[in-house]
Amino acid sequence: MRKFRALLIIALMIIVSFILQTSLFRFLNIGGISPNLMIIVTVSLSIVYGDKKGTVIGFICGLLCDIFFSDYLGFYALVYCFTGYLSGKFERIIFPDSLKLPIAAIAGSDLLYGFFCYVFRFVINGKFFFGSFILHYVLPEILYTTLIALIIYPLIIWIYKRFMRPIRESEKNFAKRKSTL
Amino acid sequence: MSPVIKKPKKKFHIPSKYVLMIVSALCVLLLVLTYSFPFATSPFRNVSSYLIVPFQNGISAVGDWMIDKRDYIARIKDLQAENEELKTELSDLKSENTELQQNKYELSRLRKLYTLDAQYQDYDKTGARIIAKDSGNWYHSFLINKGETDGLAVDMNVIADDGLVGRVTAIGPHWARVISIINDDSNVSAQVLSTSDNMIVSGSLSDYANGVIDYSKLTDNADQVTVGDKVVTSNISDKYLPGILIGYISSINKDANNLTKSGQLTPAVDFEHLDTVLVILEVKETISDGDTSSGSSDK
Repeated sequence: MRKFRALLIIALMIIVSFILQTSLFRFLNIGGISPNLMIIVTVSLSIVYGDKKGTVIGFICGLLCDIFFSDYLGFYALVYCFTGYLSGKFERIIFPDSLKLPIAAIAGSDLLYGFFCYVFRFVINGKFFFGSFILHYVLPEILYTTLIALIIYPLIIWIYKRFMRPIRESEKNFAKRKSTL
Repeated sequence: MSPVIKKPKKKFHIPSKYVLMIVSALCVLLLVLTYSFPFATSPFRNVSSYLIVPFQNGISAVGDWMIDKRDYIARIKDLQAENEELKTELSDLKSENTELQQNKYELSRLRKLYTLDAQYQDYDKTGARIIAKDSGNWYHSFLINKGETDGLAVDMNVIADDGLVGRVTAIGPHWARVISIINDDSNVSAQVLSTSDNMIVSGSLSDYANGVIDYSKLTDNADQVTVGDKVVTSNISDKYLPGILIGYISSINKDANNLTKSGQLTPAVDFEHLDTVLVILEVKETISDGDTSSGSSDK
């Protein structure tokens, strides 16, 4: 039951952030740059759920972007599932309640995402303008994304703790052992 | 833990790297699949469009409304002054209009005479509202709130402010994706209106920050093209209808081969502040080679 609810909330989070990113942030953009909510959601959920689930969550986020905004399905899905995998590796290292490291992970993932897109969208087409690309598109996006993440990440963690956190194995075992003793 | 207590039965676990491998293999498979069969994407699109597009529609409508109201309050003073100005202008224009109307009748009569009217006829258009923009910051594509049910089709041209915006590249029942001409990988075959010299206009991410896009392969041996000349879509373009304004030349450079010229032009459309566009309900007729043509040209 709890698992099902968690799944539902994850799906809802992904869809809501996609809708907000593509429609609301059209109006809230700063100088044509809007934050990357999908990265925030992917990284935050990966940090609490680990690399395996992070990969799948990233895949779904990416597929959603693909369906609407690219000609061939799979490109964003690939980028996002790697993002989910890598940030899921932090599950055991980062304590989700702290803010510094997860935000740094989000910023780092956004940088990686920008770099990936640069390589596979532009270098392949024979266009090289790395400096201006980083300066005019990637850095502002990271800044804005980080700012928004400062609000959204705690929100996601709060929702996670309140509604989604599975009852831990150790807690179950503890209860079981107590009853057998 | 004492060794006597047995561990609860172990659940079957797949190591995470295998999950990653499986998922990325799936992605690559999807890429290859949709690359070789473009129609394979349509079921995904149909399902998701019913799930997502209504919300995008709603939020965009609210956002547009709010911006509208904000502008409304801010501009009320300007409008009063403008109104006075316009009233005087209107009377001037009225007299001019009657004159022009006479000219128009004459013109249409002459066009019929030359049977040119098909080419310059007003295209059938439909208005559409932008409901979502690309999730990345460096691709200039967006979704509009009309689709197949409104008579749109892939490759239809999209205009706004009398200038070319782009063309429809993907379509669902109630939405369509438009790739704009300033997108980094889009190219438009164009010509200079005054001299009919052909050129290629290509979007450029690095230049768009300066408000311009690139053109290249302009053959202008007589050196007649000057800064400020109008650039329109050319007759030989296979996706764009001829004679749609693209922009104005802002710089001209001679290429190293001394034969062609390249430079930059200022687009006629303000891409930063687009909210409604017009879709021309006509697809450029192209000669399809056999039955291998994509579904774009045959409706």
